[in-house]
Amino acid sequence: MELIQIYVGLSLLLLGFVVGGVIERMHYRRIKRREFGFITLPATTTSAIPQIQDVERSQLALGSAVISVDYFKRFAASLKGLFGGEIHSYSSLLDRARREALLRMKENFADADMFVNVRFETSTISNGGNSRIGSVEVLAFATAIWYREDSPHAVPALLES
Amino acid sequence: MILTNTETVPGLLIVEHYGLVQGSTIRAKHIGRDFMAGMKNLVGGELRGYTELLQESRDQAILRMSDQAKALGANAVVNLRFSTSSVAAGAAEILCYGTAVRVEKSPVDAQSASTQQRPN
Repeated sequence: MELIQIYVGLSLLLLGFVVGGVIERMHYRRIKRREFGFITLPATTTSAIPQIQDVERSQLALGSAVISVDYFKRFAASLKGLFGGEIHSYSSLLDRARREALLRMKENFADADMFVNVRFETSTISNGGNSRIGSVEVLAFATAIWYREDSPHAVPALLES
Repeated sequence: MILTNTETVPGLLIVEHYGLVQGSTIRAKHIGRDFMAGMKNLVGGELRGYTELLQESRDQAILRMSDQAKALGANAVVNLRFSTSSVAAGAAEILCYGTAVRVEKSPVDAQSASTQQRPN
């Protein structure tokens, strides 16, 4: 009976390692491709709006993602917890969630000229009773602004670069 | 209703202040979604069910906040903030809050309005 439990545990670890690794690599590839697509759409954390032109309108932009860590990484993190040090499996989890949330925010308002005052809000979603991190939710929010095209004091050189 | 998380609404002037408005909602997980999430937890990746659930509840919180602002006579909410906390296992509270204001197009030309709003 105990032997069966060990086998089940090991196969879950193997499943998490193989499938989880593939899912993570695919996700990173998708993130990088989309980030490249949005390379010309700036997002800043400052709240002051660059006055290169008059602002036509502004709107709140939101994007969120809930990402979960696989079984193998959870096991590896609990081992790492014994010795201390950086837990790489969780840093990649949070990195993926943040970049995904920011990308979704940009995708929701792909026609905006700029995003100002970008903020991130992270919360963990507990997994029933145990206190281990199961998944994280990251919300990215900002103010999307659209510049007026016929502005009297436009600086075309700044806009084109 | 104009919503921004900056201190002013770009291009418009704040003419009146109505104070803090807030909206919140507490949602529990759906059992079907929770089961699927449990399966997905083994291999990792995005939990779409939860993403949608949290998005829906955030929209609701924003709606409640804007209703409160509308009742006060405001037409914009500035300096918007979000906060999420889990109150019990399987339930989460989503809160959004901000300052209700009334904004107007400046009576003078747009150029002087934008210089007035610039911090320095």
